[in-house]
Amino acid sequence: MTLDFSVALKQWPLLLDGLLLTVFLTLLAAVFGTVLGIACGVIRSKGPRWARWLIGAYVELIRNTPFIIQLFFIFFGLPGLGLKMTALTAAILANVVNLGAYVSEIARSGIEATPNGQIEAAESLALDRWQIFTRVILPPALKRVWPALVGQMVIIMLGSAVCSQISAEELSYAANQIASNSFRNFETYIVVAALYLLLSIALRRLLNWVGPHFIFGR
Amino acid sequence: MYEFTLWDIARNLLLAARWTVGLSLIAFIGGGLVGGGLVVLRLTGTRTLRRLIMLYVQLFQGTPLLLQLFLVYFGLSMFGIETTALVAASICLTLYASAYLSEIWRGSVESIDRGQWEAASSLALSFGEQLRHVILPQALRAAIAPTVGFMVQVVKATALTSVIGFVEMTRAGQIITNATFQPFFIYGSVALMYFALCFPLSLYSRRLEHKLRR
Amino acid sequence: MTPSPHNDIPAAFALVDIRGLRKRFGDNEVLKGVDLQIARKEVVCIIGKSGSGKSTLLRCLNGLEPLQEGSVSVDGQPIRPDNRQALRELRQNVGMIFQGFNLFPHLTAGQNVMLAPRLVQKTSGADAERHARKLLARVGLAERFDYYPDQLSGGQQQRVAIARSLAMNPQVLLCDEITSALDPELVGEVLQVVEGLAAEGMTLIMVTHEMAFARRVSDRVIFMHQGQVHESGPPQALFDNPQTIELRRFLSLDH
Repeated sequence: MTLDFSVALKQWPLLLDGLLLTVFLTLLAAVFGTVLGIACGVIRSKGPRWARWLIGAYVELIRNTPFIIQLFFIFFGLPGLGLKMTALTAAILANVVNLGAYVSEIARSGIEATPNGQIEAAESLALDRWQIFTRVILPPALKRVWPALVGQMVIIMLGSAVCSQISAEELSYAANQIASNSFRNFETYIVVAALYLLLSIALRRLLNWVGPHFIFGR
Repeated sequence: MYEFTLWDIARNLLLAARWTVGLSLIAFIGGGLVGGGLVVLRLTGTRTLRRLIMLYVQLFQGTPLLLQLFLVYFGLSMFGIETTALVAASICLTLYASAYLSEIWRGSVESIDRGQWEAASSLALSFGEQLRHVILPQALRAAIAPTVGFMVQVVKATALTSVIGFVEMTRAGQIITNATFQPFFIYGSVALMYFALCFPLSLYSRRLEHKLRR
Repeated sequence: MTPSPHNDIPAAFALVDIRGLRKRFGDNEVLKGVDLQIARKEVVCIIGKSGSGKSTLLRCLNGLEPLQEGSVSVDGQPIRPDNRQALRELRQNVGMIFQGFNLFPHLTAGQNVMLAPRLVQKTSGADAERHARKLLARVGLAERFDYYPDQLSGGQQQRVAIARSLAMNPQVLLCDEITSALDPELVGEVLQVVEGLAAEGMTLIMVTHEMAFARRVSDRVIFMHQGQVHESGPPQALFDNPQTIELRRFLSLDH
């Protein structure tokens, strides 16, 4: 038995395409999922009772079911209600909905840890509620929970591999293509796993840099 | 064509649920045993050994579980080992769980105040005795909530074994969907079945965490 | 309750006008009918035991605590806690400084000072910065513009907080035990800044435990007891010749 990685590596344009789509998918999910999650987190900690209950149900439903089932439900199940979409759209939607549920819990804990005096100081400076939330509460809250958020985004990136199962043409899909054409399954998956490992390290580095520089300062 | 009645669907999904539960238990128990060993090695081993274990953990936490399953499945056969989907899934999920559990448990051991080690060694306890009588009882308390929480992750992870053809709930759902063309209903039901398995664990984990904090 | 010579400012001249103020937390009535008028440029120190309602009174003055009965008006504008817009307009006139500083940890000293002018008064960046630098210089922290709160001592943080509330050009400054969280050696630098403000004619209402400071700086001292103004008057009269047994007892404690 010999290992031959050359077959997989020769297909680098295919791998590159897949990798770019994985990156695209992850970034889109990260941005929209975080916004959704923060909105849900706020509602869950400050909203009216019925809204809190509704968001709670969404969060628990997502956190207690496998991502692959959520993906299948959105891609195969929703067309039954007349909501047809492409594999890529379904993949993005599933990732956003999934990340949103996890972020809402993370964001809530960060927001609820805000010292009351911070809010009173902002109120006494005549800031309105939106300004207080976006300028005073949110940045330190994000800073508090940033490690957890970064971890969750890496999990989303790795989890997006499952989208190959609905033929969204991301990195794992490319891997399946190459593997089935070359009969070099093992080597191909080794190469692609290594790419994911590099991606997860790069994503972690990127977010740990982006946070202090652009999101919450220092 | 054979007509699937509601009863057929429910029966087949429930039968498949046994495999989801079974595989979860295998992965959790296997992962617990291997993970426990890894924690001890991380506490007692040489620096090189600790580095290797850290690398092992990072490999499992830094790559998709989907690919880990493919690698084990194709890897075993490549090394000439005849295997079934169940064996490959069990091995892969055991390794996967061991990596996460060893990380969780290492965290709980490290959360124990250094003073406890020092106090124990000042009583002339050996390392093993310190671990067994002083550190582990306390670490266990800290570990139990996140460990129960991780069981939820294991149950959800078993859903991915459908991609290597192991027939658990997700794969059963796919098969039934292909025969009945009712994806909304079937996948919705499968989701609710996972929820029924996972939600009590989540609640229990949260309650434990709450109790511990007080 | 003892009448005091300063307490009969005609309402028309009062900058802050408090009448029949009552405040309850559940069953616990903290303010039991407070009447108080404070003139422009007056420096008033409020003293009293903890639980006497002095901090609550101060917090009612800028709407941090909703009041149940009575009225509070600042510069002729009554406080209506149910009207957010009116409350925000009031707060532009009433600055507040807290015991715990409450600087925003993610912003530098300069950014802390500039935040409200930029967001609330829509001041341009350059103007806000110029003003902020001037204010920080005024509290003796010109060099600390780009420092974050956790890089500053407690006394410096509190001085930044003073500059921050001055940035809105308030007519009244409320100071809620602003030196109580400070190490003793840092109290002086903060009080010195406040004394400077008093000298420049800022209207100040301070809850404080610094009796020597109250005696030196204030025009009038209010002694609160069990949710009411128990005794008030010029500092000399009040400290040297307390009329009520409660104030005498309070002053004989180690202040």
